[in-house]
Amino acid sequence: MADLDDLYREMILDHSRNPRNFRSNEAAAGIAHGNNPLCGDRVSVFVDLDGDSIRDISFQGSGCAICTASASLMTQALKGATRRRAQFLFENVHHMLTDGKLPHPEVELGKLHVLEGVREFPIRVKCATLPWHTFHSALTRGSEIVSTE
Amino acid sequence: MSSAVPLDALRDTHAPRVEPLDVERVRQDFPILQRKIRGKPLVYLDNAASSQRPRVVIEAIRKLYEQDYANIHRGVHTLSQVATEAYENSRDKVRQFIGAADRREIVFTRGTTESINLVANSFARPRLQPGDEILITAMEHHANIVPWQLVCEQTGARLRVAPISDEGILRMEEFARLLTPRTRLVAAVHVSNALGTINPIRRMIELAHAGGIPILIDGAQAAPHLRVNVQQLDCDFYAFSGHKMCGPTGIGVLYGKLAHLEAMPPWQGGGDMINVVTFEKTTYNDPPQRFEAGTPNIEGGIALAPAIDYLLGLGMDRIAAWENELLAYATQCAADIPGLRIIGTAPCKASVLSFVLDCAHPHDIGTILDQEGIAIRTGHHCAQPVMQRFNVPATARASFSFYNTREEVDALFRGLRKVLEVFG
Repeated sequence: MADLDDLYREMILDHSRNPRNFRSNEAAAGIAHGNNPLCGDRVSVFVDLDGDSIRDISFQGSGCAICTASASLMTQALKGATRRRAQFLFENVHHMLTDGKLPHPEVELGKLHVLEGVREFPIRVKCATLPWHTFHSALTRGSEIVSTE
Repeated sequence: MSSAVPLDALRDTHAPRVEPLDVERVRQDFPILQRKIRGKPLVYLDNAASSQRPRVVIEAIRKLYEQDYANIHRGVHTLSQVATEAYENSRDKVRQFIGAADRREIVFTRGTTESINLVANSFARPRLQPGDEILITAMEHHANIVPWQLVCEQTGARLRVAPISDEGILRMEEFARLLTPRTRLVAAVHVSNALGTINPIRRMIELAHAGGIPILIDGAQAAPHLRVNVQQLDCDFYAFSGHKMCGPTGIGVLYGKLAHLEAMPPWQGGGDMINVVTFEKTTYNDPPQRFEAGTPNIEGGIALAPAIDYLLGLGMDRIAAWENELLAYATQCAADIPGLRIIGTAPCKASVLSFVLDCAHPHDIGTILDQEGIAIRTGHHCAQPVMQRFNVPATARASFSFYNTREEVDALFRGLRKVLEVFG
């Protein structure tokens, strides 16, 4: 049975209370805004590239603990990553949260593993994936609005 | 923080003192209340989203399908006549429930949303000109905002919004000021789903009519909780849904004054709504059939009658009295939760407790309560402008029905203390 302690791990609570890289960057090359119309979660992701690498990534918005922690952990995991590594991490996180089968096991999730418990709470998976979809949009298509619906 | 006031003070009709409900006995009528969620007894506090069904409603649907089902209004055979009679008896029951003068004033729809869209398309749109105005309030559900925005886009009319106070009370002087010679229609909610506020609709209707302006009331949240009499209110339209008042989903009602309905063109074409059809010209049926194209929600319509009988059997005054007591108790308990802020503190409220916590997002509150078997609603409650007005992304909302108990309110607040343990 799903256990609350698996969902609200200490690291998730920490990142939700004190989100890292929580700032806007209107000058960023890639900016995307995501929202979950069902619950009102909103997140904006700002991405700056240096050649093929993510030089800077930050986010802003208002969301639940899962959404905020996921965004915060995401910015830490992606800072300095190449586009390819970011893409693989994006896919790994998506699968970790849905079927648990990582398509790129060689790309380690590290701290992002803490989000694994969300998989047992299907209604909350969108909270965790919203920042990632928003990032993906900022990286691949520049500014646009992402919706989970 | 304001607390709930005695029921009599906030009702349109003065109610006599009534015997309290036997809640434990009432609970036996609702099979789903025996259910366990994650091994814990279900505590269902999401009644403003949809109520649960008593056995009489479930049995009515079963009996229809097992014994009496056929399409209605079209067959000479026995079953069709039996089903038609049951469906039309339900219309009479609705007429009685809301005190309408004439059964032809009762149009069956899919729900409140469709009822409002019907009025928007068939009543408002043909009479709107560029520069005309429709007046709503700042506490409307999306269902009483978006249909008007659509007709405004189509006609060049303008949507005006009467503001509300920090307590969630309609600013009546602003409302009155916004009723102008340009106003063609008022559409206002009776009871706010997001805040619980009970609007002074009798006064609002008087003000609108003083300017010769017709008014629609969104009664989705009011019909299950308050005694409604459309003739006493004198509203032009009143819309509500079956599923929020112990009836089936997919059935709702539009009450409209007969003179309005008779003057309105159909809004959907099909079977049942016609008189004579030729390829050259079709003449339309009279109200209410004019607005009921196609095979309707037969079981929904039929099973709405036992839902109404059930509510009337308990007594709307007793229902309101108990729900009000639950709200008062919950409001009092809420004061002991650090960092809890109630959104919607009007003195006249239905049994809705919308709130936010300093330490936890409504979604997280909802998940933790769900682990305890407690069902509440979290989110914007299809009222995003209300969320913006109070500068919150979402709220948690516990909404109480007459089958809820004080022990369930206690369970809610035990659950909230658990939220504080995790996030505090």
